[in-house]
Amino acid sequence: MCVVEVKGARKLMAACATPVSDGMEVLTESDRVINARREILRLLIANHDLRCLTCERNGDCRLQDYCYRYKVEDTPYKGEVIEYPIDTNNPFFIRDYSKCIRCGKCVTVCAEINGAYVYDFMHRGFETKVTSAYDDTLQETTCTFCGMCVNVCPVAALVEKSTLWAGRPWEIKKVTTTCPYCGVGCQLKLKVKDNRIIGVAADRSGPNLGDLCSKGQFGWDYVHSPDRLTDPLVKRNGKFIKVSWDEALNYVAARFKDILNEWGGRAFAGLSSAKCTNEENYLFQKFMRSILQTNNIDHCARL
Amino acid sequence: MRRKVLVCGGTGCVSSRSREVYDALESELAGRGLGEQFELKYTGCHGFCEQGPLVLVEPEGYFYCRVTKEHVAKLVDSLQEGSVYEDLLYKDPDTGNRVKTRNDVPFYQKQKRLVLKNCGLINPESIEDYLNAGGYRTLQKVFKMSPDAVIDEVKKAGLRGRGGGGFPTGLKWEYARKARGDKKYIICNADEGDPGAFMDRSILEGDPHRVLEGMLTAGYAIGAGEGFVYIRAEYPLAVRRLDIAIKEAREKGFLGENILGSGFNFDIHIKQGAGAFVCGEETALIESIQGNRGMPRPRPPFPAVKGLWDRPTVVNNVETLANLPIIFDMGAEAYAAIGTEQSKGTKIFALTGKIKNTGLVEVPMGITLREIIFDIGGGIPNGKKFKAVQIGGPSGGGLSAQHLDLPIDYDSLIDAGAMMGSGGLVVMDEDTCMVELARFFLSFTRMEACGKCTPCREGNTRLLEILERIVEGRGELQDLDLLESLGHTIIDTSLCGLGQSAPNPVLSALKYFRPEYEMHVKNKLCPAGVCKALLSYRIIEEKCKACGLCLKHCPVGAITGKKGEPHRIDPEMCKKCGECLKKCPFGAIVLAGGDGFGQGQSDHKRNHVSRTQALYNLKSGGRERH
Repeated sequence: MCVVEVKGARKLMAACATPVSDGMEVLTESDRVINARREILRLLIANHDLRCLTCERNGDCRLQDYCYRYKVEDTPYKGEVIEYPIDTNNPFFIRDYSKCIRCGKCVTVCAEINGAYVYDFMHRGFETKVTSAYDDTLQETTCTFCGMCVNVCPVAALVEKSTLWAGRPWEIKKVTTTCPYCGVGCQLKLKVKDNRIIGVAADRSGPNLGDLCSKGQFGWDYVHSPDRLTDPLVKRNGKFIKVSWDEALNYVAARFKDILNEWGGRAFAGLSSAKCTNEENYLFQKFMRSILQTNNIDHCARL
Repeated sequence: MRRKVLVCGGTGCVSSRSREVYDALESELAGRGLGEQFELKYTGCHGFCEQGPLVLVEPEGYFYCRVTKEHVAKLVDSLQEGSVYEDLLYKDPDTGNRVKTRNDVPFYQKQKRLVLKNCGLINPESIEDYLNAGGYRTLQKVFKMSPDAVIDEVKKAGLRGRGGGGFPTGLKWEYARKARGDKKYIICNADEGDPGAFMDRSILEGDPHRVLEGMLTAGYAIGAGEGFVYIRAEYPLAVRRLDIAIKEAREKGFLGENILGSGFNFDIHIKQGAGAFVCGEETALIESIQGNRGMPRPRPPFPAVKGLWDRPTVVNNVETLANLPIIFDMGAEAYAAIGTEQSKGTKIFALTGKIKNTGLVEVPMGITLREIIFDIGGGIPNGKKFKAVQIGGPSGGGLSAQHLDLPIDYDSLIDAGAMMGSGGLVVMDEDTCMVELARFFLSFTRMEACGKCTPCREGNTRLLEILERIVEGRGELQDLDLLESLGHTIIDTSLCGLGQSAPNPVLSALKYFRPEYEMHVKNKLCPAGVCKALLSYRIIEEKCKACGLCLKHCPVGAITGKKGEPHRIDPEMCKKCGECLKKCPFGAIVLAGGDGFGQGQSDHKRNHVSRTQALYNLKSGGRERH
């Protein structure tokens, strides 16, 4: 799709891989280019599962976008269509290769960004398939389930399980936030429908440039867990009672003072979290040493 | 001087049991105590594989064809007597005369065997033989020149890549020489993937040191220290002989450090390919050597700048490299005197198809198709008419009778819609259907696409499907336009030479044989009488004796008729199984395309198709698909 016309060149050039040179005259939307793109789109949809009605990417699909842009409604190539069974084996996303357009973006991101080298092209000719080694389930490979392949897939070949039948792309609000897992501060976009998170999309503006690990990509289910603590609790008469933040903090501060007066700093120990930033960890140890007068400090990263 | 008995040990002759002939000759000569008098050698290919196993007796030059071990006793008799064994001499099919020596055989007369000079005359497994034939002599000359002067000499000679693209070799070297890199590489492309082409194999099997000498020259010119030969694993004999040649060259000091005291270090390794057609494309080949999947890289950067392991690399074809010792032996000017304005030297073609003499022929550039097909190839067998010739392998193009007098060189072929390619030359007679032929070639290329570019991966399959529709009688007129527009898009948008040439057989056939395509879609007729769906079985009333045999054997009851009156076949019901035609004792049943084209050719056709198919299966190695 990235073919462009370069004046003087015998054939169309791939814009993504042709170095620019002095005096080069490039036509990005000439008739020749548009005709070639239309032909390529006709070929792509001739070997594609066209059940767009219920497709999870309907309305958010590059293949649809380009067909619309270049007014490709149908294909004259009625012939063999390869159908693959959908791989639902891993807990995080499905692999529906009947919708794959073999663009190889997942191959590139997996090899060059993650370094896991899970995907590659398999077979030759018309039967070429982009898949894992030996076409195995991803659990059998070096996959780390970072989900970057899902986020770069332009069609619905790789789809998060949590978004299946959970809402159409246009019903989903994307909320930019910071990943709560570690101090890196990766930016991501939560896919929110009816105030519930149903998935995560890449946010290319943050320091992580949209790349995530499996925690940020798939580890958000605790948010809606019924077991999650949502208010401060104080134990009274052997039972946890819901209290306000002020009341809880006052209670903790009072107990700190009492213990410090009665037993001194040696009675305290503090354990910090990898979910905190460097700055937060610094403040924590500062607080422990100078206010609570103790050196009993540790961090979960050492466990 | 000892007389020499040379037994061909090329793959073709080995398949027709030349090893048995060699062993029988060896024991017969030893048994008669003649081992000292005669030097028995197992050589490389003569190119006239159809007539194999071949035995050549030197110095007389007697050329014996189709020798079997049963002939050996009499053959040794003749050797002892110093006479000719008449029965084994080549028999000119036109005159019926026996031809004594190789050079008098018409197949060889118009050839100019430079690259193939040693093939068939020396033992490829002996470096001594090569040295005696003047081998490695040009290295002395080359090492005395500066690398730039070597490149200039190759430029002056006008050598262009014999792998098919025809890029000027000297220019490629110059780019690589000027490119910066801590190491540089020479790769010999011996991944000869075109079905029907086997010149590279023959050179490597018959004269492997010539290729090593060429690689050394190239390595010296660009400043490379290491070379790779990327060769098909389907060529076990070539791999073995190359391996022996490399070892011998190392022992003799032609490979290794400080070669011939020049201070130049160079070594060569073999890398075997796994049977992918696309790995003949230079960038896919480089990926394959690096251990990756054979998928072409975008160019630029060209391999000469950024090739193997991102270092400057020259990829030259076997035949190109084999030309270098000739250039430095005869000198650039003498070499440039052979050929045409833009294409110098000779080219080896693999002549196959509907032609009397099949085999390998080396001819000067600029020779006409007529000379190759009729003078060397002996013309079309069985009195049939010439129809077309497919040049350049499955992705080349089909040329028609109007091109017979076209002087062949790189540019004239491109202009005509074909290409030099690897030099495959498949001749077709009037019984060949051009639609079916294009379908055949596409069924090969469509399976060999690497899958990277959509137009090649998907488009070639669609071309094939349209052609299948047409040969099955379901084609429509707009299908022809669709073939043309899709074919051009595939060429225009594919990254590598595979996609850029795969539609050639269809496009060239549409250009030169359009009426035949139109007949298929408009009239539902196959003029050549090949496409089964477009043919029908008919009973010729005058010949029918109403015996009822056909009626009895028709499995679907499509034949009706009473005693005493001619029978009829209902074309609607007929399944075209051909049982009736086989059973009719009077020859009253014919297979005909609508107007009686191609009568009674069904069995002949089937043989043709299955033979070609067999060739394909053989060449694709049966490895890549399960």
